[in-house]
Amino acid sequence: MFGRKKGAGVLPKGPAGRRLREYLLGYALLAPALVLLAVFEFFPLFYGLYISLCNWRLGCAEFVGAENYVRAFRDPQMWQALLTTATYSLMSVPVQLGLGLFFAYLLFQRVRGRELFRLVFFLPYVTSTVASAAVWSYLYNPDRGLINTVLGALGLPQPRWLAEPTGVFALVARAFGAELPPWAHGPSLALVAVFIYTTWVFVGYDVTVFLAGLSNIPAELYDAARVDGAGGWALFRHITVPLLSPTTFFLSIITVIGTFKAFNHIYVMTMGGPGTATTTASIYIFRQLYEFNRYGYSAALSFVLFSAILVLTILQNRFAGRRVIYE
Amino acid sequence: MNRPLELPVPRPAAWRTFRVRPPGIRFGIYFILVVGALISILPFAYMVTSSLKSYGSVITNNLWPWWPFGNEPLQWHNYVEAVEHTGWDRQWGTWLMVRYFANSLIVSGAIVGGVVVTSALAAYALAQLELPGRELIFLLVLATLMVPGELVLVPKVVMMFNFGWYNTYLALTVPFTVSVFGIFLLRQHFLQIPRELFDAARIDGAGHLQYLLWVVLPLSRPALVVIAVLNFIWAWDAFQWPLLVTRDPSMRVLAVGLQQFMVGEGGVNTHLLMAFATMMVAPIIVLYFVAQRAFTEGFLSSGIKR
Repeated sequence: MFGRKKGAGVLPKGPAGRRLREYLLGYALLAPALVLLAVFEFFPLFYGLYISLCNWRLGCAEFVGAENYVRAFRDPQMWQALLTTATYSLMSVPVQLGLGLFFAYLLFQRVRGRELFRLVFFLPYVTSTVASAAVWSYLYNPDRGLINTVLGALGLPQPRWLAEPTGVFALVARAFGAELPPWAHGPSLALVAVFIYTTWVFVGYDVTVFLAGLSNIPAELYDAARVDGAGGWALFRHITVPLLSPTTFFLSIITVIGTFKAFNHIYVMTMGGPGTATTTASIYIFRQLYEFNRYGYSAALSFVLFSAILVLTILQNRFAGRRVIYE
Repeated sequence: MNRPLELPVPRPAAWRTFRVRPPGIRFGIYFILVVGALISILPFAYMVTSSLKSYGSVITNNLWPWWPFGNEPLQWHNYVEAVEHTGWDRQWGTWLMVRYFANSLIVSGAIVGGVVVTSALAAYALAQLELPGRELIFLLVLATLMVPGELVLVPKVVMMFNFGWYNTYLALTVPFTVSVFGIFLLRQHFLQIPRELFDAARIDGAGHLQYLLWVVLPLSRPALVVIAVLNFIWAWDAFQWPLLVTRDPSMRVLAVGLQQFMVGEGGVNTHLLMAFATMMVAPIIVLYFVAQRAFTEGFLSSGIKR
């Protein structure tokens, strides 16, 4: 079924020659992947560091050392963006994981059409973020969006969603005629609206991962506990939650990193607005690059953002990691 | 976080279940599940139905303007109008929308092809050939997973200018034609193929490349499908990078075209925008239901949350 092998050419014959040919073939097969990784992953890391130390105009116009970093740390908008990102993260982790575990636990019961439910929950996650974010920004339209039309028909207040930079606590207080001090305004409604969309996207992913985690818990543990007289809540609290902790930990880290990377849907829905209400760190960096062509500065900002993610992940590992129970 | 994580995919047969509950609770469980499923689907239903309504019905939120509740016909011509509204591409002599679709297909196809080829070759060398430094090379490959994409975004854009790739298909494809996840997954599969198969193929006169092409790859079809599907989805959804490295409308991919349509004149024509979005999402949803196991497995084992 195969053609005969061609002559060995210049390489020596015999076992030694064959081994040498295998080496050469092996490195040749590895070459495309290794070259691409070196050029587009390793090299840019150092190149980015170099760019961040420059006043960059088509090339390093002027080597400015740490100036871009000093500027980044003194940039109130950068701090604002980091704060917005952290708020977004802090909302996303408990709600997404909570809902994900809730639905996974329901699906883990004896229900019909389980696989179909899971497929449907997963759907928002697999479809294009840009397209679904566009659809959601129309659902959120303050004047003629579906959400406000329904709220209006029910006689409920119609908030301005993505167009509302005011904090949610301030809005609630105002509905009751009270005025809160600025520090208690809470996250802007626009950011909360983005967060609701993200929850819609990611819960299906969390459900699927939690289901995998749930099916990893040995059934004997439940049986044994039941024999000892444990009820549904006790089983959940003392077996499911601790044994699921590696999965929960994994998802919480992935969610934090995901919120720090979040770009596509925010840019499509609000472009970071209104004002700077939804300007997260990645949006801020993008705008420095895309709108102002500040290469050196945005490269420096990327390193600052990355350090923030790194510190957060290490802290998460320190504090949450200790509470993770492995079988 | 791109750590390949070997999570088992939930298989219905392997799922244990809890004891049957009283009917009231069981009804409650189904009720909540159905509500959750409806919320997952509603935005898509809104998108598809709006794409078939007149502008008036969309902005007045007339949910069902067709028979039997109304007398509006299905507005199929919205799709034609959406295409026409994107404008004309002189270079190809066609509507820009056709260009967006072609670009997305070219880019996604090239990326999938590139990833499969580079991953298969590298994984074969790492799994089946005796090479000095093989383990070290594999560790180095895995180490690139720790390089966060955001960190290399700016230098990569600068590199596209340096290479003269700005605003070309090269910039849209080449940087993504390698995938550590692909190499990792295929290597795991290749390792499971017994050495005796190679000896048998060798007796038949096959060299390494023929063996890879005719024996190893066909045996690894499930992994190849996962890699192809996943990379296709990512490429189809790519937005930030194409926005950064292209300038001409004729170089836009669908995601960029849709966003530009939204901020441009398509923005007020909700019904046309929904037709555009439907056209972009339809191939993915079809692919999802055809290859759904590959999706679940891929997204779980790649451990990537966008």
